[in-house]
Amino acid sequence: MLNISNLHVSVGEKPILKGLTLDVPAGEVHAVMGPNGAGKSTLGYALSGRPGYEASEGVVRWRGENLLPLDPAERAAMGVYLSFQYPIEIPGVPALTFIRTAVNAQRRRRGEDEISAPDFLKRARAAATALRMDFDMLKRPLNVGFSGGEKKRMEILQAVLLEPSLLILDETDSGLDIDALRIVADGVNALRGPDRSMLVITHYQRLLDYIKPDRVHVLAAGRIVASGGPELALELEKDGYDKYLPADLESAA
Amino acid sequence: MSLVDLRDPSSFPTRRVEAWKYTDLRRFLRETPPPSAPDDVAPGGPFAALGGAETAIVNGRGDAAIRVVEGEQVARLRFVSTQAGAGHQATVTVDVARGASLVILESHEGSGGYVSSIALNIKVAEGGQLTRIVLADDAADAIALSRADVRLGQGAAFSQTLLTTGARLQRLETHVAHPGEGATVWMDGLYLLSGDRHADLTSVVTHDGRDGVTSQLAKGVVRDAARGVFQGKIVVERGADGTDARMGHHALILSERGEVDAKPELVIYADEVSCAHGNTVGALDESALFYMQQRGIPADEARALLTHAFLGQVIDRIEHEGARDVARDWLEARL
Repeated sequence: MLNISNLHVSVGEKPILKGLTLDVPAGEVHAVMGPNGAGKSTLGYALSGRPGYEASEGVVRWRGENLLPLDPAERAAMGVYLSFQYPIEIPGVPALTFIRTAVNAQRRRRGEDEISAPDFLKRARAAATALRMDFDMLKRPLNVGFSGGEKKRMEILQAVLLEPSLLILDETDSGLDIDALRIVADGVNALRGPDRSMLVITHYQRLLDYIKPDRVHVLAAGRIVASGGPELALELEKDGYDKYLPADLESAA
Repeated sequence: MSLVDLRDPSSFPTRRVEAWKYTDLRRFLRETPPPSAPDDVAPGGPFAALGGAETAIVNGRGDAAIRVVEGEQVARLRFVSTQAGAGHQATVTVDVARGASLVILESHEGSGGYVSSIALNIKVAEGGQLTRIVLADDAADAIALSRADVRLGQGAAFSQTLLTTGARLQRLETHVAHPGEGATVWMDGLYLLSGDRHADLTSVVTHDGRDGVTSQLAKGVVRDAARGVFQGKIVVERGADGTDARMGHHALILSERGEVDAKPELVIYADEVSCAHGNTVGALDESALFYMQQRGIPADEARALLTHAFLGQVIDRIEHEGARDVARDWLEARL
């Protein structure tokens, strides 16, 4: 279970998250929707420990452990995975080498044995097939020269191989055409399970047609301002975020 | 540019000499050091497994000429310094005859605060080929100078890769003249410096003949309070039409106190040439570092992986397979 309580995060001098509170029980998929500038990407970075996105106040617990004092690699080894909105290119490091290095680094930190090369290759091949990726792409430097859609598939492929317990998807549908979206969503849905929680951060409802959330939260002006079932996403799609924008909140108050 | 003669302190350049602006020899060396004593070393060195005849110059003494009359040969050339507080110099001549081919696997090995000055006079005759791979593993306290003067005949090919971890003060200098037509030069370099080490890769390539090609790639990584210097000059003389010259120098500074001084120069007097140079000095990509950590790779390992990938491009360009493997292992052991 993920518990976020009264989380405050400033980027530079600017407060972005202002007392965000949110719980995601084990095995559930929660969507966080919000207008541009609401703090959606900041939430993903704060949970995963990006430098410059440190919390000034509040608590984040994952499976009872306080995440905030941990560095990004320690959080990753605890199962936290962020699928980036804009995946980074790593020149000179083949994707397979990169992922295997990551898998083994996490295993070492958890005191587990490293994965053998044949086992890893077998799993990587299976994952690539499921995501309809050409296996030769995994021999190329990670994300270098990949299209937007290929990069997003690569994010999900890494998630499949790293087996995180908390999957944070930041705008995973951006840059995907409808066929690629289906493949990526199938990949994500295959990861659903009783021990895995997911936070699906998205501006548009479209992704949620394919990855069905248990709960939907509206993030506006740095806080969760509304929560509901999947119907809330459809309502947002119809009515937009206007009624959650800061000016309206203030005039309503 | 005059040679440094350790026996003559008046030959030690000051920083006022433009070519030595970034490498202040006089700060560390004002007088002739006492001469190093003779010594012996067992055969070996970093390239021992690759075969070829070994020439070991220990404390400036040893057989000092390598000639290839025909066919292909591999020569391992070791410069070994064993005595702290003493100095030595050596000159080696290399001749590659017309159409012959030579691979020099050169290593600079040593321990202690020695002073060493090496000169190589290299001639590659018409159609000859020379590959020179240098692993400069000088001691942290050493002052190590080396200068290679290379003359290429018509259609000759010279390919050089310098790999270094620097020294207290180290300069690896290469001067290449293409007097004939159609000579090809590959001149690469890699420096990986830590502590307060200093490495200076200086080169001057002069195109006198037509249709010469120069491709130069130098990459460096500087940590702690180390300092890297790259001075690359390509001169295309009047009449050297058809010259194709490219130079790239790219460096990463991984610390607050690290420093890189780069001076790429293209001096072109001919009309029909294709020349380009690029130079970048920056820090490791923070977003790449975070991305890797987010996947569970600890910060130190992520830095090493990115550094290796950055420098690996120079290693990948080494055509000699055995030397490439040695160079890759050498780099990995030092990251």
